[in-house]
Amino acid sequence: MHDLPSAAELDALRLSLDVAVRSVAFTLPLAVLAAWVLTRVRFPGRMLLDALVHLPMVLPPVAVGYTLLLLLGVHAPLGAWLDRHFGIVLPFTTAGAALATAVMTFPLMVRAVRLSLENVDRGLEDAARTLGATPVDRFVSVTLPLMLPGILAGAVTAFAAGLGEFGAVITFAANVPGVTRTLPLALYTAMQSPGGDALALRLAVLSFALGLLGLLVSELLVRRVRRYLGA
Amino acid sequence: MLHVSVSKRRPAFSLEASFSAPLPGVTALFGRSGSGKTTLINLIAGLLAPDSGEIRLGDRVLTDTRRGIAVAVEQRRMGYVFQDARLFPHLTVEGNLRYGEKRAGAAPPVIGFEEIVALLGLATLLQRRPRQLSGGERQRVSLGRALLSRPRLLLLDEPLASLDVERREEVLPYLVALRDRLSVPMVYVSHDFEEVLRLATHVVLLDAGRVLAHGAVSEMSLDPQLQHIVGPDLVGAVLEGVVTRLDAQRGTAELAVGTGALQVALRDVPLGARVRLQLLARDVILATQPIQGLSVRNALASTVIAIADDEFGGVLVKLDVGGALVLARITHAAREALNLQPGDAAWTLVKAVSTRGHAFRIAPG
Repeated sequence: MHDLPSAAELDALRLSLDVAVRSVAFTLPLAVLAAWVLTRVRFPGRMLLDALVHLPMVLPPVAVGYTLLLLLGVHAPLGAWLDRHFGIVLPFTTAGAALATAVMTFPLMVRAVRLSLENVDRGLEDAARTLGATPVDRFVSVTLPLMLPGILAGAVTAFAAGLGEFGAVITFAANVPGVTRTLPLALYTAMQSPGGDALALRLAVLSFALGLLGLLVSELLVRRVRRYLGA
Repeated sequence: MLHVSVSKRRPAFSLEASFSAPLPGVTALFGRSGSGKTTLINLIAGLLAPDSGEIRLGDRVLTDTRRGIAVAVEQRRMGYVFQDARLFPHLTVEGNLRYGEKRAGAAPPVIGFEEIVALLGLATLLQRRPRQLSGGERQRVSLGRALLSRPRLLLLDEPLASLDVERREEVLPYLVALRDRLSVPMVYVSHDFEEVLRLATHVVLLDAGRVLAHGAVSEMSLDPQLQHIVGPDLVGAVLEGVVTRLDAQRGTAELAVGTGALQVALRDVPLGARVRLQLLARDVILATQPIQGLSVRNALASTVIAIADDEFGGVLVKLDVGGALVLARITHAAREALNLQPGDAAWTLVKAVSTRGHAFRIAPG
């Protein structure tokens, strides 16, 4: 436990952070859009969209990963199109791991952003209207700043959850060391290997520490921002 | 001129209102809670759409359901001071003040930033956050913010209602100053007749979603429908007069009202100032002959114009006192005892101190 971390552990940590950061970066704007549409726009089929957005939360992660393969595998319709026109291949890549993680954590993010949007005082938006602010202006100058605590909380939660995504990543992006072997995958692999118990233990402790750190940072950030906003 | 003619139906309530308000000036939408005042002002602002109707400001049509015209709130150029201030919590006071200014576009400025800050006493508050302000301070900032957006009309929805008496007294003079110094037209929602008295030039009486009457404040003060809203104790003629004599030591002044003079308890007004006062009907005593040895300072020759029962078991007598109309509230027994008839001469007795708290200086013109 007091040895220097091995290359495998560092790789796993680096990959986990990379994948989780990319996942959050990708889903954040989409989550804000989805939250807006689900909260403020009335259209037939809204309930269906709501259900679709939350689907990854109730499906087995492996099923999600498999679905992604069906859509974006190299020989799958969308995947082949991406390869042919943009040279983008997603399975077996870090980007693919990030995508799988993003899809799994998307519902979490949408829920947090939606909550923060619902808590924005519409009266303040009305006040902004009377002061001459057009809809986009209002959103950027009033609504978004007030949503910040919720968005941050959602982002950090999604980040922490993304660090732990296993089923979808291993199914879609496979378990390539240094490319897609994130912490959970590395831990699983270590458990399966003879003599890998020590490594598995270290990876487990690392995962716990990261998770705890993530939650603490989230709480601190949210408090800071709330105070700034005068809540 | 602001022309409003709208109807709006809601689950528990329906509003049917039609009135014109001359601008510049302060038009008060006066009524009890639930009478539809806030709905009406929100229709004017465009925050609510009427089921049918028309709203015109000057020559600009803002809403016309028949022609499908509905100008967006952000294009109406109406400042709005909400009852709960609604300052943006993520901006400083200065940020809030500048919010509307930045979006005012090419509209001609009503007043500059520095002047507003000076007029409303906000200099020391500029870097504070709304949560650090008192209720009165928040309303002043809200007022400044609305004014800096260069509005053609300022809407105020009971801005003083959520303040305690002291804060109200703190903010009211600023409103008076705004009216007098800036001549920004205002539509002011209130359920407090004293606010109407101090600020308004015109008043629209609202009750249960209907306009009972509308017109100049002094004219409306005589309208029997006003008592329906304010009750018997607050009914009284609103008069205007000019200060012709002052007794600073005794705290009294003499006002030229109509062709006569009225002694009132009044401080801090200079000679020649125009004053508006309300003579509460319950404080007016009638006599069929002059009486000596009374503490009452005003015994005015008058003529009975009309006598009518009020809604509350009493009698309202309208009198012409040297050209000014005054209301007196007496009992049925008194009316019988004095045997008053329209056209009779009578003495109207008013205590000078009766007007204390109900006499306000108003700007000339």
